[in-house]
Amino acid sequence: MLESEIEGGLVGERKDSSHAPGFQVDRSPEFPSVHVDRELNLKGKVCPYTFVESMLALEEMEIGEVLRVIVDYAPSACDVPKSLTSEGYDILEVSKINETDWAIIVRNTEFKEG
Amino acid sequence: MKFTEQQIQRYSRQIILPGIGGKGQRKLADAKVFIMGAGGLGSPAALYLAAAGVGTIGLADFDRVELHNLQRQILHRTCDVGLLKVESGKRTLESLNPEVKVEVHSERITSSNIREIIRGYDLCLDGSDNFPTRFLLNDACFFEKKTLISGAILRFHGQLSTFKPHAGGHCYRCLFPEPPQDHVPNCQEAGILGAVAGIIGLFQANEALKEILGIGKSMVGRFLQFDASDLSFQEIKIQRNPNCPLCGENPTIRELIDYPHQPCRTEAAGDSQCCTW
Repeated sequence: MLESEIEGGLVGERKDSSHAPGFQVDRSPEFPSVHVDRELNLKGKVCPYTFVESMLALEEMEIGEVLRVIVDYAPSACDVPKSLTSEGYDILEVSKINETDWAIIVRNTEFKEG
Repeated sequence: MKFTEQQIQRYSRQIILPGIGGKGQRKLADAKVFIMGAGGLGSPAALYLAAAGVGTIGLADFDRVELHNLQRQILHRTCDVGLLKVESGKRTLESLNPEVKVEVHSERITSSNIREIIRGYDLCLDGSDNFPTRFLLNDACFFEKKTLISGAILRFHGQLSTFKPHAGGHCYRCLFPEPPQDHVPNCQEAGILGAVAGIIGLFQANEALKEILGIGKSMVGRFLQFDASDLSFQEIKIQRNPNCPLCGENPTIRELIDYPHQPCRTEAAGDSQCCTW
């Protein structure tokens, strides 16, 4: 299932945010061998909301499905993978995809800390 | 001071306690308590001190109420979002007990004003959310010879101790000589269960009441660690550290220090509670 999500106007959104168009691919361009089941556009969002929304999306997904998260807040590119790893999710790839954005590719796993 | 009929009714359940009585209630009415931070720890502490009839409560916080505070900072309500926390807090405390005088300090607390501010109080509670403030308050309390009741929280954990170096006890620097340099918690590490803030804040209020009343066994020389996930407590005996840079035998800190505020990840979202300890 391909799902593009663009959210705006919620808490934690930066005022200078500009929304990117939805990503219309089901393969990750930076990690083409992986099928992406869902995409979450968190451009404009900051910590901790980038982590919170990523985790909420993963919780709705089936085990083994892959989520691609787009962030444009630099600390989130480091924090979100770290925090998701602590929660037991499987980070497949983190890469800078253009001048402003990072893609985080994460697989939903059976094991969860806690 | 003669108690009014209303005061007798309001405080009856604690006046009847052994060790309190009318004398203890008057001590509470005469007491002035300074609370650093009107947040997760300061909220429950201030509410219970006000309810108990502590005469003067000083609230220091320069932040405004935000929606993500309300999960644990129970002085504030949804309709208070956008208000200064000290104004919101003052209104809540005065509606709970109009007899309490609430003094607000909405300016940023620094080395240049903290000693003058706490000089007007008998006792200090630390409900701050960052290391620079935590060390500043510890040092100022040492120089001003004020008892400091310290609480700290993170995720499911809490800590509690009472610092009284002017009476032979330890201070914060006896345990942690300097602020940590490098650890900035990530999003996941920076969470806090609201009830944990409530528990530790209430322990602080409890210790403040005991210090004012002069009853029970204080937390001087003791350091309590609390884990809410399995509801366990661990108490460590703490002695004054002779090598403490502040209250030790050869102190190297002779004046207040304004440590730089490390930007933690969640501060960008207006939340700085991740640097609690």
